[in-house]
This record gives sequence, C-alpha cells and structure tokens, in this order.
Amino acid sequence: MDGAKQELRNMSRDINNHPPGKRPYCAALLVLCAGFFITGHAAAELPGSAMLAYTCAGCHGANGSSVGPASPTIAGISVDYFIETMLAYKNATRPSTIMSRIAKGYSDEEIRLMAAFFAEQKIVRQPQDYDMKKAIRGRKLHKKYCNKCHEDGGALADDDAGILAGQWAPFLQFTFADFISGARPMPDSKKQQFDKLIKQQGADGVEQLIQFYASQH
Amino acid sequence: MTNITRRTFITISAATVAASAIGFPRPGIGAGKRVVIVGGGIAGATAAKYLRLMDGGIDVTLIEPKKIYTTCFLSNEVLWDHRNIDSIQFNYDALGKHGVTVVHDVVTAIDPGSRRVTIKGGKRFNYDACVVSPGISFNWDAIENYTPEASQKLPHAYQAGPQTLLLRDQIKAMKDGGIFILVAPQNPFRCPPGPYERASQIAWYFKNHKPRSKIIILDPKPEFSKQALFTAAWERYFGYKTGNSMIEWIGEADAGEVTRVDVKRMEAIASSPYKGDVINVIPPQHAGKIALQSGLADDTGWCPVNHRTFESKIHKDIYVVGDAAIAAPMPKSGYSANSQAKVCAAAIIAKFSGEPEPVPSFVNTCYSLITPEHAISVAMVYNLGPKGVIQEVPGAGGLTPKDASDEMRKREVAYAYSWFRNITHDIFG
Repeated sequence: MDGAKQELRNMSRDINNHPPGKRPYCAALLVLCAGFFITGHAAAELPGSAMLAYTCAGCHGANGSSVGPASPTIAGISVDYFIETMLAYKNATRPSTIMSRIAKGYSDEEIRLMAAFFAEQKIVRQPQDYDMKKAIRGRKLHKKYCNKCHEDGGALADDDAGILAGQWAPFLQFTFADFISGARPMPDSKKQQFDKLIKQQGADGVEQLIQFYASQH
Repeated sequence: MTNITRRTFITISAATVAASAIGFPRPGIGAGKRVVIVGGGIAGATAAKYLRLMDGGIDVTLIEPKKIYTTCFLSNEVLWDHRNIDSIQFNYDALGKHGVTVVHDVVTAIDPGSRRVTIKGGKRFNYDACVVSPGISFNWDAIENYTPEASQKLPHAYQAGPQTLLLRDQIKAMKDGGIFILVAPQNPFRCPPGPYERASQIAWYFKNHKPRSKIIILDPKPEFSKQALFTAAWERYFGYKTGNSMIEWIGEADAGEVTRVDVKRMEAIASSPYKGDVINVIPPQHAGKIALQSGLADDTGWCPVNHRTFESKIHKDIYVVGDAAIAAPMPKSGYSANSQAKVCAAAIIAKFSGEPEPVPSFVNTCYSLITPEHAISVAMVYNLGPKGVIQEVPGAGGLTPKDASDEMRKREVAYAYSWFRNITHDIFG
C-alpha cells in the first residue's frame, strides 16, 4: 500500500510542477491579464478582468481556488473551457443550482475577461479525505477511459476539458450524476467513451474515479 | 450577442490589450499613502486585505475592538447546536501577514477636516483615505422597553457572539410545548432572509426534539425575503397554513408590528400581547454608531455613498462599505459587503495613482438553510446604471426555482457551506 501511496503522491507532484510551457495561452494572457484599470476607449465602460473575477471569490475561493467542500476550483481553467461553461450556464444548456442565474449577468466580452483572469491563476489544491483502495482502482480507470481527453490525471487545462485532479469530490459526484441522468448533454465523441465506462464499471467505477481525482492533492 | 466560439479568445481587441497594460497587482505605486479602516467585519477586513493585495506599498491600519470576529452568517445553526460557535469565529492573524496593521481598540472620532481617526486611548491616526465599515447598530428607541439590558433576557442574536449563545441556551432550556416568539424588524436591515431562516431552522429543531412547540413571527412588514420559497418549505415540513402549523407568521395585515415588550411578563406587544417562553427581538437598525457620530448618515440612519467608489456623499476621502452604506438594490449581506469592499479598494488605489475611477462590478449570493437537506438561494449581478446608481443586470439573478428538485436543494446545502468556507477564507485567510 505504501508504494501505491507514493505513486499517487508522485502523480500529485507532477501535477503541481506542471511545466508552464504546456500552457499555450500563457504569454498572451500575461499581457491580457487586465487589472481594474482599463482606460482604453473601446473598453471604457467594461470592468477590468480582476474586478469581474474578484466577485467570484465568495464561492470559488480567492483567485478561483476553492477551499471546498463542494464548489469547484476554477483557477487554472482553460480560456476555452471557461467560456464554454459560462455560455452553457447562460443559455441554460447545462444544469446548475445557481450558476445559470449568475452567468446571465455577464456579456460575452465580460466572460472573456474573466476567462483570461482565471486561466492565469495557479491552482492551490487542498487535501481531501479519500479512500486509498478506490483511488488506486480509479487511477487505472482514468487511464483506460478518461486520459485521452483529460490528460495527466485530469490535471491539465490545455486540453480544453475540465481540470479533474484535486477537484472537490462532491462537485464531481454532482457532475457525474448529471451526465448519467442525461441532464447535462455530452458531445458524441465523449459520450461513447463515457457510456462505455458506465456500462463496464457502473457506479463503483464512478466512485473510484472520484476518489482518484480527490486523492490528487 | 457576440458569438464566442472555441479558440477565438486571441482575437480580443487590441484596445483592450493596450488598456490592460496597467495591471494588477502593482506593488509600490501607493507607497506612503495611509488608509485607516474603522471596523473589522466582513467589509472592513476585505477592504484591508485587498488594498494590500492590490498595492503592497499602501500603509493599511485596521481598527477593530474585538480580537475574535463571529460571523452572523451560519450563526442560526449555532442556535440549535447544529454547529459550534468556534466554527464561525475568525481572528486577524492572517490580515497581519498580509501587512495590515491591526489595532484592537474603539474609534471615538473620525475628523474629516484634519483627516484623523482617534481611538479610545487618545491615539490618533492620520489618513489619506478612511474606510468606515461599522456594520449595523440597533435603534433602541423603536420598541418600548427593549433596551440593551432587556436584550440580556430577550436576545436579539443579530450581532453574533455572546447573544447567539444566550439565545441558544434559552432555546435548549425551553420546555416541549413552549412558544418561541421572533420579532422581525422593519426594512432595511441586515440579512433580509435571516429571521425567516432562523424560524425555519428552529422549527426543524422543534420538530425533531420538542414537537409540541410553536413559533410565532411578529412582523411589521407586508412581505419578506424569499417568502414564497420559505412558506412552501414551511408547508412541506411544518404544516404551515393548517390548523396545526408549527410556524405562524403575523405580518402587517394582521398588525404584527411589535411596539412594546414586557420583560417581566415575557410578552411582545403588537395589537395584542403575545406571551412567549423564549422571545427573540430583532430590533430595527441603522448604520453603526461611529458612522452616525461622524455625521456620515443621512435622515434614514444609513450612509449615502457614490456607487462607483463608495466614497461618502457627505465627507470627502471617507468611504463607507458594507451594511452601513446605502447601496440598494444590493441587500445588506455578507456577500454584498465583500463585493463592495473590493470595488472600494480599487477606487482608492486608482485615486492614489491619479487614474480614472474603475468601472465596478458586484455580485450578491445568499443561501438560506432550511433543513440539513434543503437550502434555497438568491443571487444577483450588479453594475453601474446610467445615472451612476447600482442596478441589477437585466435578466440576471433571482431565486431558486420554485420547482427545483430535492436533489438541487440538497446541492444548495453543499454550496451554502462552500460559500461560507470560501468567503471567510477570502476575508480572513
């Protein structure tokens, strides 16, 4: 068991030392990471990206790293995935408790500015309780079913999919439940793989995956 | 609506890129500038931290009498031992680590002329900008006989701390079959859904532990926050609107306004006297005492401010944030206070740097926990309207849908606790 734990830890270290070069937007965003002080003509009446993003901290944590227990971390999210997510909430094509109501408060340009801010933030992952046996099993399932789109244990943003590594377990449970029930639609390419996972591994497999992601501190 | 497709982000306008050159954080630009913050609650502590995060050169002093802050939010759970009070208590150590000078003392005067804040010991603090965030104080003249002394017997428990524990102990000691009276305040007041969340949670506790007990809410208002969602939950769990309801709400139409209490007889007197075994009086409110003393409030008892900067409309270089400020349509809530304080901090820094006032953006998100598996919420995004007044963004926000599933209400409980952990970490972490 100790060896396995070490392996899980190593994976975590990889995640935390993720090479910056693997984030293609990095340089562009550094310039774009607007503060509060937008003075250009075109953007005269738009809040700055930090101004917008700071309003999210109350639920998603300072700079988008949630301290849990359920609301997801959004720091380090890819620009495209952030925009896609906010538009899905705005258009109510993704189920939510509160986010649909909030996303409707922002123009597409404002959503872009927020995306730029959060993509630039470093994820601060928090330790979570997890079941070691399930996490080890989940790691194998991840490699088999999920790694193609959610690379590196689901730790990368530049695959333009949600970051799973270290994400809060209750949020992952809600998300899986919505995919399984069909309340949250899935692109066909993803759906095939997901259905295979559910068919072959069932609810136990889902739980094992969640435990694996929760273990990646 | 602009259609944003994947991979289109790079096309963001050149003007935006140029404009964003002045970024954040910008350590040192405000070097030598002094900000004194009066009151270390949600708004004051947020302003202190974010001023330092936005510009490490600013000298920030926070003056707050209490060494431990107890949040009002989630304090209703303490009332029935669903939560320990220490889980809602925070100290100021982390603010110190962010470079804020924290002084535990009472501010006795703010002088806008000499731009000086004086504390009880006589020491003075000069400021270039002063942030006043004293929260609420109670209007002790509003309800006859309801004095600070009376609140030791009939607690308000609306500034969390010893009052919360006092009311908790009374609720615990109350016999099964007793009557709990909640006297609700007139608008505007801190945390508009707070009294009704409190009634819901205490009803839940009664239902499980003292099922013959009753709750009577005496209310001067014709309606209240999240009313349809609360009353639907009361119908579901507590027999509301039946002959055997655990909760009775007596509003304006039924003359629910309490004008007097009789501490000895344990009565709250509206159109007729209501006798209670436990009486929780939440009196009408106005801005915190120091704001009134410093002439920052208008006739309403609250402080008018410029909605773009939160600078007082009465005194220059003094900013009022949080419950004490008039920021309607934003409610007086913890999330509003946190959101306003960030806007205020950005405005102060812009002023120090001689830059234009930043364009503000605000959010309020407020959860009410009804049972351990049923929470409801209200959310809104705000911006600055054409007349420089805060407005709700059209089409945004609103309440938990009336037809939300049990699963979604359960998720809202998890998100309510996440709200608590993240907002307190954002402020005191």
